[in-house]
Amino acid sequence: MSNAIGIAILGIGVLFNLMGCIGLIRLPDVYNRLQAATKCVTLGTCLILIGACILSGSVPTVLKCVICIIFVLITSPTAAHALARGAHTMGVKLWEKSVIDQYEEEKGSQS
Amino acid sequence: MPEILFNLVYIGLLICCAMCLYRVGRGPTAPDRTVAIDILGIVVVGFAAVLAVQTGKEYLLNVAIAWALLSFIGTIALAKHLEGKGFDE
Repeated sequence: MSNAIGIAILGIGVLFNLMGCIGLIRLPDVYNRLQAATKCVTLGTCLILIGACILSGSVPTVLKCVICIIFVLITSPTAAHALARGAHTMGVKLWEKSVIDQYEEEKGSQS
Repeated sequence: MPEILFNLVYIGLLICCAMCLYRVGRGPTAPDRTVAIDILGIVVVGFAAVLAVQTGKEYLLNVAIAWALLSFIGTIALAKHLEGKGFDE
């Protein structure tokens, strides 16, 4: 029974990872790709690690998986934020159909 | 029966890795490639966890933890480089 639940959660995580990577291929712009890929792949990897916890069931494995989940949850949004900021400072243009760029407005009003 | 399901999981994760590598090679600007490398690092963490559970070798989870942290440090370094700053600003 717990095997079936673990494999189901593992499969859902892999599906999320696939959705995120399809977004990485299909979307038109650095910022769109960053947004789609980071969120989907973070959730998918956390689900894969939870499924690994349920499948193994031994205490050291569960502890390592929980530590890994905490690391992924902390580091992935931080890296995405730094990357978006770096790309904007470097001067990468937004997609031509984007409607708003609040960071640019804020920088313009400060200087 | 679980062996077939594990093989399907491996195939899905390998397709993810192939898509990330496509974006690394194709991406028009440098931030595109950096985003793809970041995502590839997170996918590989999941891959190592699945491998650890299926083969029963626990040290692969240590590999997953180390890979998550190293991928984070590399992405932060590349982002700082794109921004044109040093590491201590």
